[in-house]
Amino acid sequence: MWMSTPDRYGLVARLLHWGMALLLVALFVLGWWATELSYYDPLYRIIPDLHRSLGIVAAVLIVLRLLWWLVDRRPDPAPGASRWMVLAARAGHGLLYLCMILLPISGYLMSTADGRPVSVFGLFEVPALLPASSGREEWTGMLHYYLGYGGAWLVLLHVAAALKHQFIDRDDTLRKMIG
Amino acid sequence: MRRTYRSLIALALAGSLFGSASALAAPENYRIDETHSFINFSISHLGFSYLKGRFNELSGSFVYDPDNPSSNSITVEVKTASIDSNHAERDKHLRGKDFFNVNKYPVATFKTTSFEPKGEDGILKGELTMLGVTKPIEVEVTFVGAGKDPWGGYRRGYVGKTTIKRSDWGMTYDLGPAAETVDLEFVIEGIRE
Repeated sequence: MWMSTPDRYGLVARLLHWGMALLLVALFVLGWWATELSYYDPLYRIIPDLHRSLGIVAAVLIVLRLLWWLVDRRPDPAPGASRWMVLAARAGHGLLYLCMILLPISGYLMSTADGRPVSVFGLFEVPALLPASSGREEWTGMLHYYLGYGGAWLVLLHVAAALKHQFIDRDDTLRKMIG
Repeated sequence: MRRTYRSLIALALAGSLFGSASALAAPENYRIDETHSFINFSISHLGFSYLKGRFNELSGSFVYDPDNPSSNSITVEVKTASIDSNHAERDKHLRGKDFFNVNKYPVATFKTTSFEPKGEDGILKGELTMLGVTKPIEVEVTFVGAGKDPWGGYRRGYVGKTTIKRSDWGMTYDLGPAAETVDLEFVIEGIRE
């Protein structure tokens, strides 16, 4: 039940997957929204604070997720899947993981570029680990932006691939994660 | 003999003319010392306090003419991306399209059009180009000091103050009614060339 089997994901993997899915959607919306808010909007401070806080949660989650894969196994590819499909899936998942790793790092480096910590829901602070560096907010901000939008396209591709498995290939790939 | 005498007088006259010309001090050229010059800004924060910041990268030169101070002039170039308000995320916002749009407009410049001396101080009139818009501004200039520095150079310093309306240059991002104008302070030190 906790661990994955050859034909379905375990509970831990599912919680990590769907928790991250929710977080990524929320972070994308909040991140975009934060850049659109006007100075006098009552949410001008709350939305970026929430984005940073949830970003730290996502960073913790991706670390747990990577650690979990040291323990757990992945279900096998669908029996009918061709070699290129298996490779494409692996590449897509790899890129998604890369985004999930680099997005919180770039965001954290941007917010801490002046040496200030990141507050998490006002409960505690993650200190700036690197010394303040003038201009770091620019290149990390750029990276964060492209990873954010690139990652969003990858998520759409991921969803489209899952639907393709379900409705075109008619295999059990999607059911491994929800069934 | 008589001819020689005349030419001697002519030579002496020419010499005295030349001498008096050199006694008239020539305009002095100064290069702005970037490490001892500051462009500071101050803008109201919601009407409750002030936000202070500066531009860290500037360059330029000025001319000081002791005999004709009305021809004093200065040219300054500022790298807009060097804005520093002591908060990385805010600086990033200030460099973006809502404010300085530094990718499109990397420099702001000031060029003198005229100077009205009042003793060593004066009113400096010139054109400020920012965000691709050129508008006249007037800067109240106060002379601070001049003289030899301890390392063999000669320095001269001024402080200039002015207040500008952001929207004149198309910077219209709404920061509230108290923050429509910005106070600018120029602390400029030059080394004579």
